[in-house]
Amino acid sequence: MKVAVCVKQIPDPADPGALDPSTNTLKRDVKLILDESDSYGVEMALQLVDAAGGGEVTLISMAPNNEVNGLRTALAMGADKAILVSDDALAGSDALGTSKVLAAAIARSEPDLVLAATESSDGYTGTVPEQIAELMGLPSVTFAKSIEVADGAVKVQRQTEEGYDDVECPLPCLVSVTAGVVEPRYPSFKGIMAAKSKPVDEVSIADLGIDAGSVGWAGGGQEIVSVIDAPVRDAGEIIEDEGEAYERIVAFLDELKVI
Amino acid sequence: MSVGTIWVLAEATDGTVASITLEMLAKARELSDNVECVFGGDGALVATELGAHGASAVHATGDLAGKLPGPAIAGAIAAAISGGAAPVAILCGTTYGGRDVAGRLSVKLDASVITNIVDLTNDGGLVGTEPVFGGSQLVNTRFTSDKPGIFLVRPKSFEAAETGGGAATVAALAIPDLGPSGAARVTNSFVEQSEGPKLDEAAVVVSGGRGLGESEKFELIESLAAKLGAAPGASRAIVDAGWVPYSYQVGQTGKVVKPDVYIAAGISGATQHLVGMKGSKTIIAINKDSEAPIFGVADLGIIGDVHKVLPQLLEALNARG
Repeated sequence: MKVAVCVKQIPDPADPGALDPSTNTLKRDVKLILDESDSYGVEMALQLVDAAGGGEVTLISMAPNNEVNGLRTALAMGADKAILVSDDALAGSDALGTSKVLAAAIARSEPDLVLAATESSDGYTGTVPEQIAELMGLPSVTFAKSIEVADGAVKVQRQTEEGYDDVECPLPCLVSVTAGVVEPRYPSFKGIMAAKSKPVDEVSIADLGIDAGSVGWAGGGQEIVSVIDAPVRDAGEIIEDEGEAYERIVAFLDELKVI
Repeated sequence: MSVGTIWVLAEATDGTVASITLEMLAKARELSDNVECVFGGDGALVATELGAHGASAVHATGDLAGKLPGPAIAGAIAAAISGGAAPVAILCGTTYGGRDVAGRLSVKLDASVITNIVDLTNDGGLVGTEPVFGGSQLVNTRFTSDKPGIFLVRPKSFEAAETGGGAATVAALAIPDLGPSGAARVTNSFVEQSEGPKLDEAAVVVSGGRGLGESEKFELIESLAAKLGAAPGASRAIVDAGWVPYSYQVGQTGKVVKPDVYIAAGISGATQHLVGMKGSKTIIAINKDSEAPIFGVADLGIIGDVHKVLPQLLEALNARG
């Protein structure tokens, strides 16, 4: 079975980043790492290919400056190869523009199944998986908390507000996975060494047959009117626990009439 | 001045309309003289409640017969628009279903989506406000094309309000042939019975984070929540670690909560978490790191070890009966 996994390389979330004041988009000048949200899709793909008795896991990513640092992490986990789209014309792309690029790149790997996280940790629009599915004319199941593949179809437990739905969907299709769906493995030393020589196919949007006008700033169809500082909360009472701080919490809950 | 017709995606469970739908209706009524709903299901079940909250009509698909809602509803909306319907905006909630509809519809209309909206204003056209960096800054964005604007709205951004209107008129919304993209089928639905209030509706929320140390210690959170009649919640860190399900997650990528009291135990307050809870009326934080960002939003902050403070707190509350 061939599985394509969308992975995003993002600035380290421990460093919250900033907006570039000249463009009002996230600054992308720092070293990028694999979005932790995507490690679940990578792990799920590896497990499904194993369960199917063989196949191939292809990573799909779009990043500036031919960044491969995050891809190497996912390759070290065991993915076979990667397609990386890097093109100056992509700067400023919104979720729809990004989806057009990813969909075209995914199509090159001719997968039976496409996996993605539910949303990225830095942009968190949460629309990309469904946009990719629609662009590729594929059925999809979002917010999967478990996935099984059998008889040319996926069986998914899909998160709902009240619990979950059992959903069945024929392959080829796209599934977005929630965090915690599987336990991602840590790359082994052998995996890290092997990752250095795994193929990363670097492509431009021209290679994908995408018109520069439909992506990047020009393709956005929206404009930022202003960026303002949000109101700041007043500072509260901070105390150090000397063994009796719980009493202050009880008193506080009392004042608030919670107890 | 009123903008044109606004469509609100209505969601409901067993005939009860979701709060996010009613919240969006209230905001849409402020902006437009004509607000209508689209609904994937039997419109008669929701027409009264939607009408009472200001919707003049509900365009309903009828029973979805096992179709996954997202592609079916998006297909039906796109077909209605190409058939002449002309809403200026389509508001979808940031929910499991709402995000599917917005994503699919965006491609069908070749129009982008403005996401994570916490406010909508009319400034010569609709402008959406999105918090970034844990809510420390607000970005205002508008569409530049004349296509219907698709907005994904965060729950708890607006107050639901009844307008005293009569039942909404029910109009049929046809689902076109979806081809392969409509092939997913719901075969069973499970309701997970949780004791106590729902996370996004609870007056009190008690959340735990990585500071608890190990998954078994989440019991402290469950016990305190049960004692206070609160809903238990979690930071993304421990959801990612598999300690609790995704449905517990409070934050940017989880649920937005605005309870009267929010208790954060062992949560450092990553921006990802803050944006989901900083609208709470009162915040109590317990964390051993005095530099933890959670103290920046806390009304009462305890610098201490959750493994000591929580058991003491539970014991004191139990002693009160």
